[in-house]
Amino acid sequence: MAVKNKKLNLKDKYQYLTRDMAWEPTYQKKEDIYPDERFEGIKITDWSQWEDPFRLTMDAYWKYQAEKEKKLYAIFDAFAQNNGHQNISDARYVNALKLFLSGVSPLEHAAFQGYAKVGRQFSGAGARVACQMQSIDELRHSQTQQHAMSHYNKHFNGLHDAPHMHDRVWFLSVPKSFFDDARAAGPFEFLTAISFSFEYVLTNLLFVPFMSGAAYNGDMATVTFGFSAQSDEARHMTLGLEVIKFILEQHEDNVPIIQRWIDKWFWRGFRLLSLVSMMMDYMLPNKVMSWAEAWELYYEQSGGALFKDLERYGIRPPKYEEVANDAKHHLSHQLWTTFYQYSQATNFHTWIPEKEEMDWMSEKYPETFDKYYRPRYEHLAKEAAAGRRYYNNTLPQLCQVCQVPTLFTEMGEPTKLSHRQLVHEGERYHFCSEACADIFRYEPEKYIQAWLPVHQIYQGNCEGSDVAEVVQKYYHINIGEDNFEYIGSPDHQHWLSIKGVKPADKDQDAA
Amino acid sequence: MSQLVFICFQDNDNARYMVEAIEEDNPQAEVQHQPAMIRVQAEKRLVINRDTVEEKLGRDWDVQEMLIDVISIGGNVDEDDDHFILEWK
Repeated sequence: MAVKNKKLNLKDKYQYLTRDMAWEPTYQKKEDIYPDERFEGIKITDWSQWEDPFRLTMDAYWKYQAEKEKKLYAIFDAFAQNNGHQNISDARYVNALKLFLSGVSPLEHAAFQGYAKVGRQFSGAGARVACQMQSIDELRHSQTQQHAMSHYNKHFNGLHDAPHMHDRVWFLSVPKSFFDDARAAGPFEFLTAISFSFEYVLTNLLFVPFMSGAAYNGDMATVTFGFSAQSDEARHMTLGLEVIKFILEQHEDNVPIIQRWIDKWFWRGFRLLSLVSMMMDYMLPNKVMSWAEAWELYYEQSGGALFKDLERYGIRPPKYEEVANDAKHHLSHQLWTTFYQYSQATNFHTWIPEKEEMDWMSEKYPETFDKYYRPRYEHLAKEAAAGRRYYNNTLPQLCQVCQVPTLFTEMGEPTKLSHRQLVHEGERYHFCSEACADIFRYEPEKYIQAWLPVHQIYQGNCEGSDVAEVVQKYYHINIGEDNFEYIGSPDHQHWLSIKGVKPADKDQDAA
Repeated sequence: MSQLVFICFQDNDNARYMVEAIEEDNPQAEVQHQPAMIRVQAEKRLVINRDTVEEKLGRDWDVQEMLIDVISIGGNVDEDDDHFILEWK
């Protein structure tokens, strides 16, 4: 018989090269091979229903990934050879990269480990292959980000020891604890946390408008790794949505479990992204869109469409969605004013926004900026001009769950601090919000173990008893180089010399 | 409530032809240009047909090649050898 189609179609190829690579075990029980598949209470009746809409097989995966890498590294080379760092909009921008490299890139590595681990724990072959590919993707992201930023490390401070800092520095415990929480959960919660809540619902906010902003600020290397990574994310996002639909379709008992995880991980992701809000509004000298606009587009609009689609399974939007929507008018300003006060303990610099930037914020945040935040900057600017640049020497109260300092305000009451406390087995715990307190209430035995940087400093576990000692010896932040105010910093001086401006020229300084 | 699907591409040579193909096959689609990227959105459904993309590119094109240039998507994905569909049903 003549063969009509010498090439397999996508569906058949996927079937042969993925599902048919699995086998039924004969001399061991399935429950013993996949021991973690049941303890979370998720019921899977038929793994063959798992759909990978991209139907990506390993051969195609390597082919396309290799092509992405070739394009990416050609650009890195060109960027480095042409001293691309000299063409960015302003050196203040590099501070966003310092935060990215110490806060986000290690999460890519954590995701690589996380997917490698859960990929082993599912008895369905489709899920295992998808996790394997994502695991390799995440390792690629971690590596390409480090390669991209290694060029900046040659010219700017604060980028020299990101993995070390990630495990120790106070604000970096926010992203670290987020992923540790996910990785310490069971395999289905991990997928709901990372594939669905983070990848599908929230990462667009980081990788789309922020990366477009990197392009707008002349950072060819970062926008390229960002978009290259995001091209994998498109696949991860699709997987995230399919995972949720698959679990929900398998058994009705799964619905309340998934709903609780969505509530929890939406909130944890939202808190984590508060760092991104400040990167977008304050750390991109040339601005593309505000955090509030990005939130409206990528959460309210896209998330709205998504949760409308999930209604049929009995899933509603995340419990504290309204609080997050209300916070879009305040988030970046509350974060930046906090980091401004604690610049003595960060690996990046902070500054007072310039006049044009404040005007931009007034325009983007008409209800809130002039009323609540501009006066704070005017006060801080006056203090700085009088030689009293403000640093807060009292260590902040951290939330037991998200580990962000309790700096947020109540919904609808922007001058009232949001704070909750709970007593558990005789100990008092503090939270930034009702949502974080909820998460604690459900699993107190997990969150009482949180490694809170401020507590650890006070307990003497961080190589010193004062901030300077902890910052230098424990964090590896070089005092006077990596930290403090941007204006007058070595990075600032270096930038002025690149641009051919004498440091003494005050007018240029203020530009 | 409106339910938009969307796809974002890197603003490059491949993507410009894909966007042309999308515009031709989805007259209701809205194309937005942002720094380094192109975002295309439409109510409920957006389809990319291999035939149209091949005609625009002037060469053979595998639907999975799209993975190289795409930045992000929103909506349920349905892909086979001839098309890539994003939709909210």
